[in-house]
Amino acid sequence: MSALAVANAAYIAAALLFIMSLSGLSKHETGRTGIRYGVAGMATAMAATIWLTLSGEWNAATSQGFILLVIALVIGAVIGLWRARVVAMTGMPELIALFHSFVGLTAVLVGWNGALHSGDISAELIGVHRAEVFIGVFIGAVTFTGSIVAYLKLSAKMSSKPLILPGRNLLNLGALVGFVALTVAYVVTPNIYLLVAVTVLALALGWHLVASIGGGDMPVVVSMLNSYSGWAAAATGFLLSNDLLIITGALVGSSGAYLSYIMCRAMNRSFISVIFGGYGIEAPSETEEETGVHTEIDSAATAELLVAAKTVVITPGYGMAVAQAQYPVAELAKRLRDKGVDVRFGIHPVAGRLPGHMNVLLAEAKVPYDIVLEMDEINDELSETSVVLVIGANDTVNPAATENPGSPIAGMPVLKVWEAENVIVFKRSMASGYAGVANPLFFKDNTRMLFGDAKDKVEEILRSI
Amino acid sequence: MAVIGVVAEAAESRVAATPETVKKILALGYEVVVEKGAGAKASFPDSAYLASGAKVVTASGAWKSDIVLKVEAPTAVEIKRLKKGATLVGLLSPAFKPELLAALAKQGVTALAMDAVPRISRAQSMDVLSSMANIAGYRAVVEAAHEFGRFFTGQVTAAGKVPPAKVLVAGAGVAGLAAIGAASSLGAIVRATDPRPEVSDQVKSIGGEYLPVEIEEQMASSDGYAKETSKAYDKRAAEIYTEQAKDVDIIITTALIPGRPAPKLITAKDVAQMRPGSVVVDMAAAQGGNVEGSVAGKKVVTKNGVTILGYTDLPSRLPSQSSQLYGTNLVNLLGLLTPAKKGKPVLDFEDVVVRAVTVVKDGEITWPPPPVQVSAAPAAATAPAAVIPEKKKMSGRTKGSIIAAGLVALFGLISVAPPPLPQHFLVLTLAIVVGYFVIGKVHHALHTPLMSVTNAISGIVVVAAILQITDTNLAVQILAAVGVLLASINVFGGFAVTGRMLKMFTKGDSK
Repeated sequence: MSALAVANAAYIAAALLFIMSLSGLSKHETGRTGIRYGVAGMATAMAATIWLTLSGEWNAATSQGFILLVIALVIGAVIGLWRARVVAMTGMPELIALFHSFVGLTAVLVGWNGALHSGDISAELIGVHRAEVFIGVFIGAVTFTGSIVAYLKLSAKMSSKPLILPGRNLLNLGALVGFVALTVAYVVTPNIYLLVAVTVLALALGWHLVASIGGGDMPVVVSMLNSYSGWAAAATGFLLSNDLLIITGALVGSSGAYLSYIMCRAMNRSFISVIFGGYGIEAPSETEEETGVHTEIDSAATAELLVAAKTVVITPGYGMAVAQAQYPVAELAKRLRDKGVDVRFGIHPVAGRLPGHMNVLLAEAKVPYDIVLEMDEINDELSETSVVLVIGANDTVNPAATENPGSPIAGMPVLKVWEAENVIVFKRSMASGYAGVANPLFFKDNTRMLFGDAKDKVEEILRSI
Repeated sequence: MAVIGVVAEAAESRVAATPETVKKILALGYEVVVEKGAGAKASFPDSAYLASGAKVVTASGAWKSDIVLKVEAPTAVEIKRLKKGATLVGLLSPAFKPELLAALAKQGVTALAMDAVPRISRAQSMDVLSSMANIAGYRAVVEAAHEFGRFFTGQVTAAGKVPPAKVLVAGAGVAGLAAIGAASSLGAIVRATDPRPEVSDQVKSIGGEYLPVEIEEQMASSDGYAKETSKAYDKRAAEIYTEQAKDVDIIITTALIPGRPAPKLITAKDVAQMRPGSVVVDMAAAQGGNVEGSVAGKKVVTKNGVTILGYTDLPSRLPSQSSQLYGTNLVNLLGLLTPAKKGKPVLDFEDVVVRAVTVVKDGEITWPPPPVQVSAAPAAATAPAAVIPEKKKMSGRTKGSIIAAGLVALFGLISVAPPPLPQHFLVLTLAIVVGYFVIGKVHHALHTPLMSVTNAISGIVVVAAILQITDTNLAVQILAAVGVLLASINVFGGFAVTGRMLKMFTKGDSK
């Protein structure tokens, strides 16, 4: 029984564990088991790989490599665990984006290594090997800079406005063509400068791709980058002829792509236009100035309304995360439920900056998940709801999406909060949302505006109940 | 700075301004004088007005103001007390009282009719008809309950079972809805009729049952009010009323068509079929009544013991609240007239609301105003929804050809690729399919944990770096070590943070 045979068996086991892990995550009840499978799979894979690497002839390079490996693993583990422990749930999108960049960078490094040391590869396969190096480096580098830009945008270290360069699409297309040309050149005549060129090209492309996508599309971008990181891993699998990497990479890649597709559908956007940074550019010109008179309400009156209500639906958005209002909101829901008011949450698929972001925030604040419903589950019931609280959401509750065909967000499925008896919108000011679209909801007869910081206002309401 | 006078009402318990609304008028820059005892019947003593900053003056002092706020239309004598160039604001019913407008014009004043506010969203805060109808609808139920000798709610007591009262509300406008809400919260079984089928949901939402009149005709009202109905419709509606009259204990009618006499809904025969002790409240009595035999302002008891109430002063029977709402409507109108808040009113005829309420301007009759279309008409709201362009869906054929092209390309690639590539492609393709199916079932709420776990799993790239770390080339070793470090951050961090997240998802005590 050779070390390779054992490792291959372990790889198959690991791949199965990963699949079980992902399917475990499809339900709340099995979620934690899913993680255990994932951890087991990863441990198996790493142990088998380490054994495979060290089981050969032991020489100076091996021992040196072993020391480096231990140091790198320990440092990586410490950093990873530390970040995971301290991250605030509102900071999840940034953290995940940053993590993606690590995978991308690793793929680039592995690709470079493959080029620096091609090992003993038959003449027949050397061309394929070179192409694999390029593909791996390319995908890895795009993932790396793309994730870095996403991280910067999400953590507000960079403007979340889309960067609009003239001829964006041509630039992207040119980069792809350039990549193909460089790959062909490298296959024919391997040259380290070509490798540098392709790396730089891919880094620039990744940067540009994400920089030209607006902040509102971040949920899709993050899951798209997740997918890219999977493809990067799969590419290294081809490079190293390692099936585990291919399987796992493809799993992550296709699941991430499908998830992005679900998100796009929720926003009624074309998948292609989002990943190539297309949306929202020509939009503002069509916006007709929606004006009207909005009516204000104070927290005491809101409290009265809530206590008297039969059913209350809370629809949070990114603004709730920004204001860190999830704890008082959860407390509000609990207090109202204790008073016999039927309180539920309605979550738009793209609320927040990460798929499922709001669910995580509410879970953090101990809101039971069975009262947190999806848009499709709650939309038909909104018309029988006494009070809807819109907390820090804007575009996801914009009636223009269904009523105004000229609106840039026309056709996007939205939470039909305006069908409820009363709508209370928590907002800092009358500014428009991420998409830059005016929201006629604010001027509806049954809408009341509660201006101010969402957290302060919810706390005031709590005091008045 | 203009002086605003609040005068006492002759036959009316309401008052045009309360101490609270006085404060808001003062904030607009006006001076306010209140006639002595003006708010007494609505339980607002003079001292309260003084406390909120108004002056309390004699009747003639109040009438001499630049702007006079009133509830009911003024009498001929009262009109004479207005000074030339003054502005009068009140419920003037311009459509019914041309002689009143003529008298006001003759006096050389400007008159604003609060009941002429158009039904557009922007003007809702000034819509007196709505705010008063709301109160009237509630009061109609209270009056009916007062005359009705039984419980509204059904009860099972030791002394026997009491069936709930059955209430029919004709017309589900503001007043009708208020009546439905009040009656159903008292525990009665409430049914409602209305020619506009779109009110069905509103009726249900406050606890009533909507009785549709099923014929081939629908009313889409373009100005927010009900219109006159067709013959066939009326016939079917009359049958419904006759059926219901035999069954229900209380009928409340609210049917009004602006500018026309109220439609007769309940005939004397229907009333005669009602059980003794039943009560009919005709809220349209002032405009001729919906019920045959009702007398405006009076209570009538028929031979078979049915009480018909034709009270026309229902809002006035809840004087302090209706004064407050009426006063707030007035303040909102004044706010519209004085955008600068300097206490100088401006009549901007470009503004449809101002144009509509101004029935006499400086001695000239300006009624009726040009028609206004309601912005919130349901027809307008539904029509654009239908024209939203359908997103171009990929047709089945193009989709099929794309898939076929993909398969051919894959086949071509694999057939020429040297081993072990075909095997890798096989693995890749199968894994993609598995990934797609696994993810398809994930609950939306778990997308974030899913992403962080896939992120951790994509840290598998660590395996690649580990395989390279024992290379004989030092540069390769160092790069591989960096790779291991980065990827292991992912692996450990990703799993740890997912675990942390999932621990937070807790199921509630399902209630």
